[in-house]
Amino acid sequence: MTLALIIILGFIVVASLLGVVAGSRIKMNLENWTVGGRRFGVIIIWLLMAGEIYTTFTFLGASGWAYSKGAPTFYILIYGALAYTLSFFILPPLWRVGKKYGLHTQPDFFLHRYQSRTLGVLVALIGVFSIIPYLQLQLTGLGLIVEVASQGAIKSHWAIFFSFLLTSLFVYTSGIRGTAWVSVLKDIMMLAAVGIVGFGVPAIYFGGFGKMFQVILEQKPTHLIFPGSTSHMGVFWVMSTVLLTGLGFYMWPHVFGSVFSAKSDKVIKRNAIIMPLYQLPILLVIAVGLTAFLVLPDLKNGDLAFLALVEKTYPSWFLGFVGAAGAVTAMVPASVLVLFASTLLSKNVYQSIINPRASEATVMRLSRMLLLIITGLALVFAIFFPNELVNLLILGYDGVCQFFPGVVFGLFWKKVRKESILAGLVAGLGVVMILILSGHDPFWGLNAGFVGLIVNLAVTLLAVSLNSRWSGREALAEAN
Amino acid sequence: MSKGKKLALLLGLIPFVTLVFALPLVNRLYPVILGLPFLLFWILLWVALTPLFLWAAYHLEKKDAQDESEGGSR
Repeated sequence: MTLALIIILGFIVVASLLGVVAGSRIKMNLENWTVGGRRFGVIIIWLLMAGEIYTTFTFLGASGWAYSKGAPTFYILIYGALAYTLSFFILPPLWRVGKKYGLHTQPDFFLHRYQSRTLGVLVALIGVFSIIPYLQLQLTGLGLIVEVASQGAIKSHWAIFFSFLLTSLFVYTSGIRGTAWVSVLKDIMMLAAVGIVGFGVPAIYFGGFGKMFQVILEQKPTHLIFPGSTSHMGVFWVMSTVLLTGLGFYMWPHVFGSVFSAKSDKVIKRNAIIMPLYQLPILLVIAVGLTAFLVLPDLKNGDLAFLALVEKTYPSWFLGFVGAAGAVTAMVPASVLVLFASTLLSKNVYQSIINPRASEATVMRLSRMLLLIITGLALVFAIFFPNELVNLLILGYDGVCQFFPGVVFGLFWKKVRKESILAGLVAGLGVVMILILSGHDPFWGLNAGFVGLIVNLAVTLLAVSLNSRWSGREALAEAN
Repeated sequence: MSKGKKLALLLGLIPFVTLVFALPLVNRLYPVILGLPFLLFWILLWVALTPLFLWAAYHLEKKDAQDESEGGSR
C-alpha cells in the first residue's frame, strides 16, 4: 500500500523535475518556449506527438469503450492511421510556411495567410474554448487514476492539485522542451504498463489473445462488430467519426503548433511514416478492456475497466506503477494544452487586438502569467465542477475540425481569400452548435461535427466562386 | 503535378479506401484470422501497412525531387 503511494508520487515528482531541467540551460524567449527553437529531430518529435496523442482518454477511454461498447472502440485504431497519412501531405508545406515567416501558433498561420486579424482572433478564441474542456478531461482523468491506483490513499482532488501544480511549474520554466523531455519518460512507462498488462491478462485468464476472442465469439459475438453493444454507433457513425477525427486531428491548436518545433520538413515527413506504429499498442489496451468484459462483467464505471482488472490480477505496487504511468500520461498533454492556451491568448488576442505594440518580451511575460491563471481556473473547475465540461469536449473536437478548410485551402489554393474561409467557419460552427445543443448528435446516423464540416466546405466553396466572379467583374470594369 | 507526386497521393488514398469506405463490406466476424475476428483483423492489417505506403510515397517524392534538380542543372 505505502509502496504504491511512494511509486506514484515519486514518478510524478521525477517527471516534473525532468521537465524543469529540460529548459534550465536555455535562455527563454517566445521562440524557445513555444516551438523549442525549431530544433527537434525525428525521435523527439515522435515522442512529443505520441505524448500528445496517447492521453488519458486512450488509456481509460479505449479500454472503457472496449468494455462497455465493444467494436466502436476500433475507431481509435483507424482515425490515427488516417490522421498520420494526411499529415504526410499537409504538414511539410505547413512547416515550411512556419519557418519562412517565423510562425509560432495556429492563429499565426491564419493571420499570415489570410491577412485578417478577425480570422486570427476568432481562430485563437475557438482554440482556447476547445482546449479548456480537453484540459479538464486530462485533470479529472488523472485524479480518477491516482485515487483508484493508490486504493483511496490519495484523494482525487489532492492528486489533481499536486500534479498539475508541478506540471505548470515545468511549463513555466521550460516551455515545450519540458513537455518533450517528460514525454520520453511517459512513453517508456506507458509502453511498459500497456505491454505487461495487454499481453498479460488475456494470457492469464484465457491462455492467449485468440482464445479470449473465441470466448467472446461464443458468448456475445455482436460485441465485436459495429455497432457493438450500443444502439447508435453503427458503421456509418464509425465512418463519419473517423473521417472527422482523422481530418480534425492536426487542427488541435497544440498539435498544430508542435509541428513548428521540428528541425526540418523532412523530420515531419519521416515522423508521419512511423506514427501509425504507435497505434498498435492501442490494440493491447483494447484487449485489456475486452478481457475485463468477460472477467469483471458487473463494473459500474466502464472507464475503470483497465485499473479494476489490474487490481484484481497484480500486486498493489504494480497497480501503483500503472497509476503513475497514467498520471504522467495526463501531465504531458495537459502541459502542452496550457502552454498553447496561454500563448494563443497573449500573442493572438492581446498582442493582436489589444496592444499591437507589445514587445516579444512582454508577450512572453504575459504568456507565463496567463499560464498560472489558466492553471488556477482549470484546477478550480476540475476539483469543484468535475462533470460540467464533458459536453463541451464534444463541442471542442467538432469546433477545431472546422479549421480544416482554412488550413488546407490556405496551403494549396492561392485563390481562396479570407471572406470565404470566414463564411465557411461561421456556418460550420453554427450548424455544430445547433445540432449539439438541440440534442441532434448523431444527425441521421452521422457525427454532428461531420455535418458541420460538410456545410463549412460547401459554404467556403460557394463563397470562393462568388468571390472570384466579383473580382472578375471588377477587373473587367477596370479594363473598360 | 509530377508523376511521382501523383503516385504518392494515390498511395495516401489507400488507407481512406480500406479503412473508411470499405467498412460496410468488412463488418463481419468470420473468417477468424490469426485468432482475430475478421473486422478487427482487417483494421489492424491496414493500419500496420500504412507506414509502408507512406514510406513508398516518401521515396517516390524524393526521387522526383532529385530528377528535377538534375534536370535543372543540365
